[in-house]
Amino acid sequence: MALLEVKDLRTSFKTEDGIVKAVDGVSFTVEKGQTLGIVGESGSGKSVTCLTIMGLNAKRTTMSSGEALWKGKDLLRAKSSELRKIRGDEMSMIFQDPMTSLNPVHTIGKQLVEAVQLHRDVTVRVAKARALELLKAVGIPKAEGRIDDYPHQFSGGMRQRVMIAMALINDPDLLIADEPTTALDVTTQAQILNLMKRLQEDFGSAIIMITHDLGVVAETADDVVVMYAAKVVEHAKVHDLFNRPQHPYTWGLMGSLPRLETDTERLVQIPGQPPSLLRPPSGCRFHPRCPYVMGVCRTTEPKLLATERDPSHLQACHLDQETKDREANKLIESTMAEVG
Amino acid sequence: MFRYLIRRILWAIFLFLVITFVTFVIFFMAPNNPARAMCGGDQAGPVCLKTATEKLGLDKPLPVQYGLFLKRLVWEHSLGTSYATSQSINETIKQAAPVTASLVFGGAVCWMIIGLSVGIFSALRPRSLIDRAAMVFVLIGVSAHPVWIGLIFSYVFGVRLHITPIANYANFFGAPPDSGLPGGPVQWAYHMILPWMTFAILFAALYVRMIRANVMETLNEDYVRTARAKGAPEQRILFSHVLRNALLPVVTMLGMDIGVALGGAIFTEYVYQLPGLGRTSVIAIQAEDLATLEGVVVFATIAILFFNLIVDLLYAWIDPRIRLS
Repeated sequence: MALLEVKDLRTSFKTEDGIVKAVDGVSFTVEKGQTLGIVGESGSGKSVTCLTIMGLNAKRTTMSSGEALWKGKDLLRAKSSELRKIRGDEMSMIFQDPMTSLNPVHTIGKQLVEAVQLHRDVTVRVAKARALELLKAVGIPKAEGRIDDYPHQFSGGMRQRVMIAMALINDPDLLIADEPTTALDVTTQAQILNLMKRLQEDFGSAIIMITHDLGVVAETADDVVVMYAAKVVEHAKVHDLFNRPQHPYTWGLMGSLPRLETDTERLVQIPGQPPSLLRPPSGCRFHPRCPYVMGVCRTTEPKLLATERDPSHLQACHLDQETKDREANKLIESTMAEVG
Repeated sequence: MFRYLIRRILWAIFLFLVITFVTFVIFFMAPNNPARAMCGGDQAGPVCLKTATEKLGLDKPLPVQYGLFLKRLVWEHSLGTSYATSQSINETIKQAAPVTASLVFGGAVCWMIIGLSVGIFSALRPRSLIDRAAMVFVLIGVSAHPVWIGLIFSYVFGVRLHITPIANYANFFGAPPDSGLPGGPVQWAYHMILPWMTFAILFAALYVRMIRANVMETLNEDYVRTARAKGAPEQRILFSHVLRNALLPVVTMLGMDIGVALGGAIFTEYVYQLPGLGRTSVIAIQAEDLATLEGVVVFATIAILFFNLIVDLLYAWIDPRIRLS
């Protein structure tokens, strides 16, 4: 049985302008100890997908349907007390902005101890020892002396390490990382990613890595889900995605990766803006921005289907296989040529 | 921390000088003559006026008068004697201050209880019936004048329903013997209920709105989401993560508003005939009695500066980010 199995997940928000379908029929599975990358632009629904799984959306304005089976148990229909037991214990989450994700009026030690004591019936002393152990594991220098410091006494990178320590403190089966490196500067990003990789080996947690950065995915993920406008457009093993990308949106993302090796003045960009989810485009949601658009794209929504040669590689595009392979090869060759 | 304290105290002394001096100047700009008041107003004879003027030092230049006033205050701890009644002003204030203190602090407790309970509840259930009712209360509270509220309250609860007394003060520590006045804690609270409510409504309304807004804003903070992601129950999130942060600005406001409220106490004391500082100063102004008025101002200034200092220290204690800077 898969650790987490998400089936046809849909989440919509009531707003003053109407109903926003932020997640529209998303399915994927996460196996034990594996890393799933979810990639997409801002507003593509990747964060909302995970907040829905965790049950962290505002209840009053959110409607969700579908299934999120956690070890066979549907989280969407679980009681809030059951969800609370799972959150922070079996499944934990780290967020994008470490500057605001820690409570400014409590010491980090107190916040770590709270995370332990919410799920384990242990004394403060035991919990604090565990907190210290984790702070050392995430590489906080002189952890003994810093455990009673307040969040504002730490830098952004150090705070994100504290967040990671807090997420791993109860040895969870799944860690959801929502753009964990976006708010950090580049050198710190690499450190945090390496840390997460190392800790995954030590702790054996599965990870869902939400990011808009294909580079992060290439480095960390086993499986990749590409989302566009609340829907999954491509889902593949990381190797397949980078070697045989099947969707024009994925091509666009790859084309816009910055490369140190080339002297291109400007980065290639995907023209246009992500669509409004209040009134998404007809047919394929990517068609207004797609350079390969055909008549059928404007009227019929493509289904997420397996490619002919690989049942594990899913894509939602009307283009014929020949064109896709040709374009994918062109893209790979051009990047290879640039690198070479 | 020590340097912070010193800086605050120096600042307090400076403010004290400015405020007392301004009161002095304002009084002498006004067309009145304390010597005349001392000699019985319109019937004042020229001899009496002359001695009184000399005795009060009114013939000296204003800075000298102010200097003498300061000297007496600092060296003799004396606010002097009333121009109108020749009573010791220290004595007058000693009698009036507990009344005003009862009113202001009791009122502050009332408005905080209302503000916290209604504010937090409205924030947790926005747009619910109770939230809407609370917002109507806020509108009424900020619009209605304390004198009007006082009159309505004493009419409804005192005159009509006979639940509460409508006037007078009962000493907390018991009335003077043979005075025939009510005294003791129970009588004290019983006599203060209406003044407290009258006094508290305006600030309760302001605080409901402020606390509601702060709590709603804090509920959306990232660290609250972190606490949820940790698996903390809602009640714990509210008390440990939301309120501590949401109430930081409220503590600052409370320190300032107690000072502001001291001014508002005049109306409530007037309606319920409480012999507090507010009524004392109104009488002093009517009697052209600068000495008493200055005494009340000095006392109120010291009190407000003192409470602001306490609030600042309290704030540094509850907000670690301030403590270190």
